[in-house]
Amino acid sequence: MTEEIIIAGFGGQGVLSMGKILAYSGIMQDQEVSWMPSYGPEMRGGTANVIVIVSDERISSPILTIFDTAIILNQQSMDKFEKSVRPGGVLLYDPNGITRHPVRKDITIYQIEGAQLAAEMGNTKIFNMIVLGAFLKVKPIVLLENVIKGLKKSLPERYHKLIPMNEDALTMGMKNVVCSNSLN
Amino acid sequence: MAEITFEDIVKPENLVYKKTDLMTDKALSYCPGCGHGTAHRIVMEIIEELGLEEKTIGVAPVGCSVLAYEFMNIDMTQAAHGRAPAVATGIKRVYPDKIVFTYQGDGDLAAIGTAETIHACNRGEKIVIIFVNNGIYGMTGGQMAPTTLPGMKSSTSPFGRDVESMGNPLKMTELVAQLPGTYFVTRQAVHTPAAVRRAKKSIRKAFENQVNKKPGISFVEIVSNCNSGWKMTPTDSNKWMEDNMFPFYPLGDIKVDGQLVK
Amino acid sequence: MGELKLMKGNEALAEAAIRAGADAYFGYPITPQSEVIEYLMAEKPYDRTGMVVLQAESEIAAINMVYGAAGAGKRVLTSSSSPGVSLKQEGISYIAGSELPCVYANVVRGGPGLGTIQPSQADYFQSTKGGGHGDYKQIVLAPASVQEMSDFVKLGFDLAFQYRIPVLILSDGVIGQMMEKVELFDQIPRLTDEEVAEKYPWATTGKKKGTERRIITSLDLDSNKMEEHNLHLQRKYKTIVENEVRYELIDCDDAEYIIVAYGSSARISQKAVQMARKKGIKVGLFRLITLFPFPAKQMQELCKKGVKGWLAVEMSAGQMVEDVMLSVKGCAKVEHFGRFGGIVHTPEEVLRALEEKIIGD
Repeated sequence: MTEEIIIAGFGGQGVLSMGKILAYSGIMQDQEVSWMPSYGPEMRGGTANVIVIVSDERISSPILTIFDTAIILNQQSMDKFEKSVRPGGVLLYDPNGITRHPVRKDITIYQIEGAQLAAEMGNTKIFNMIVLGAFLKVKPIVLLENVIKGLKKSLPERYHKLIPMNEDALTMGMKNVVCSNSLN
Repeated sequence: MAEITFEDIVKPENLVYKKTDLMTDKALSYCPGCGHGTAHRIVMEIIEELGLEEKTIGVAPVGCSVLAYEFMNIDMTQAAHGRAPAVATGIKRVYPDKIVFTYQGDGDLAAIGTAETIHACNRGEKIVIIFVNNGIYGMTGGQMAPTTLPGMKSSTSPFGRDVESMGNPLKMTELVAQLPGTYFVTRQAVHTPAAVRRAKKSIRKAFENQVNKKPGISFVEIVSNCNSGWKMTPTDSNKWMEDNMFPFYPLGDIKVDGQLVK
Repeated sequence: MGELKLMKGNEALAEAAIRAGADAYFGYPITPQSEVIEYLMAEKPYDRTGMVVLQAESEIAAINMVYGAAGAGKRVLTSSSSPGVSLKQEGISYIAGSELPCVYANVVRGGPGLGTIQPSQADYFQSTKGGGHGDYKQIVLAPASVQEMSDFVKLGFDLAFQYRIPVLILSDGVIGQMMEKVELFDQIPRLTDEEVAEKYPWATTGKKKGTERRIITSLDLDSNKMEEHNLHLQRKYKTIVENEVRYELIDCDDAEYIIVAYGSSARISQKAVQMARKKGIKVGLFRLITLFPFPAKQMQELCKKGVKGWLAVEMSAGQMVEDVMLSVKGCAKVEHFGRFGGIVHTPEEVLRALEEKIIGD
């Protein structure tokens, strides 16, 4: 199994940390992982993206142009990465703020109302966990228990009390992801 | 009458002066009349008198004293031009209990190494800096130094230092005295026996500060002559130094025990 | 098995420095390697092992602090990125001339000049052909993973002290900024001052009474002696060439074509090899681990096995390719491919270059 993912959105949406938690989850189940962010001035207030690869084998290139899954959280990223999904691959996005929705017919497209659900749960910071939950429902490449283990590893001790809330967010994402097209 | 032999004279009871063992037997490469030899000797005498030989590491600069390690009989590192305070910082930080000093000239310390000097002083590195200022680049043949006086001739200011176009001489010692990281800052000379005694006393204080882990650098400037570079006889150069260098670079303590001298 | 962590390359290098028993790190921040000093400052290595971390006033000061401490026999390192490494070259030349051991890392960014902060491999010439003045060499290790960013610190110190030579870990913005799983090696204790004095009799640790003083210098005004010193250095470099070549061959057994690459370009090229193999192209990857010493002999052996073409892939306008050409000595075609100035080539671009420049003709 090798899953090549790009997560792209605004800085501040938790794009990089979502990727990090996913990568840590892979390590928890003995997989190889890589996490390659865009870095530099691009990050400051602008778009942020990270390429995460989880694999049973040694990972070759950490930098890719074609992905199995694109998780897209703003319009700029939609414009940039819709075309980067491998035919037969997955595009998961939050429709909030999206004015031009994806149109490809050769990939499966899912929606998660992450921003809205986070607002309903009263905590915008768990937005990225809702989206991660949605992704794991579609592509269960790591077990939920390993995500929790990964969270424990990547969060400083003083934030461990927030783990149950993150778990709720993951579950919320899993329950609410919807397919917006179906491949024939 | 019995003939007096060499053995009759060389006896411990006849000894009036002995070169410190911390100077090698190698003949100094400095020009006759130059102050470097005396400055070397009193630094080494202090290290011997304080019993620091086995724990001292010296840092030699680039300039006339680039070969200081040939004459100073202790462990030494030769630094790139101007970098001695950084090299000394590296040594002192990994050996806080050893004694580390730099021996630098004016080109090394006050021109190319200004940043290293200021920052080592500002960090308060617990080292000693011996700064020999003779107002000229001696080693390379008498070019203008950052400390060359206004109007003073050198091979790169053949008509005298024109401060309009060449800038003013830099008083590094007054400058570093302003930094909180300096603990002892003084300016001395070695051209007369009395001056040597005073300079040696200052150098002793500087090394004692380091031994006693006083907070900050001890910085000893020695205003010296360069009879070759100034194109004078040694005697004339010392007179010229008294008449011209000392008014611009006045001798005496500038900062003692972390306090500026009023 | 050592502790497993998800870390950036820069962080792994910093953690490895503490674990390798380093006595000090002297550095100056520059993107994309500032995480090294940031990580070290946050980790408080002084409390963990007694290791000193100091932010110097410049890269020049930092490398000279390394020079001073290395001359006193301590395990010390620094790191920077391209413009900062240029500033360090004077110090590196002194360290090489004085035969001192040290490790330093260059997390390369695009140049020339201030260039860009994005990844590049355009410092190959500087790293392998001198960089500073004089006839000297340094061992150059090219990590291609976060794991190697950690492992090569330990290896680097071993080689540095074995040969009394500067060891450069030549990384780039990709390897420095990416996170991967890394298995950290166990803590190696720092040597005590007494152990240093005993193990390294050349080090300036303070002259014991009745012993010869130690002098760390690269200067000798007697040219005959300086030539002798240079000959000694050259003999040392020859020993290193004979004994320390490191590389990795991937899919080279039946390869008709070979891609030569190091660092992040090797990772990208490995993907291109996988894609090419799926298309039935018999291509392998020759991944350089040491850039000096360069595996010239090993390339010649592959030539004898009938390799038809070599593609040197590097994020530069063509630097390493010259060493490939010198190594294969005209036995087969050698071409260069690479994006540069901060652009990272893709596996698809590498495959296309292989098809067009090497196989096509």
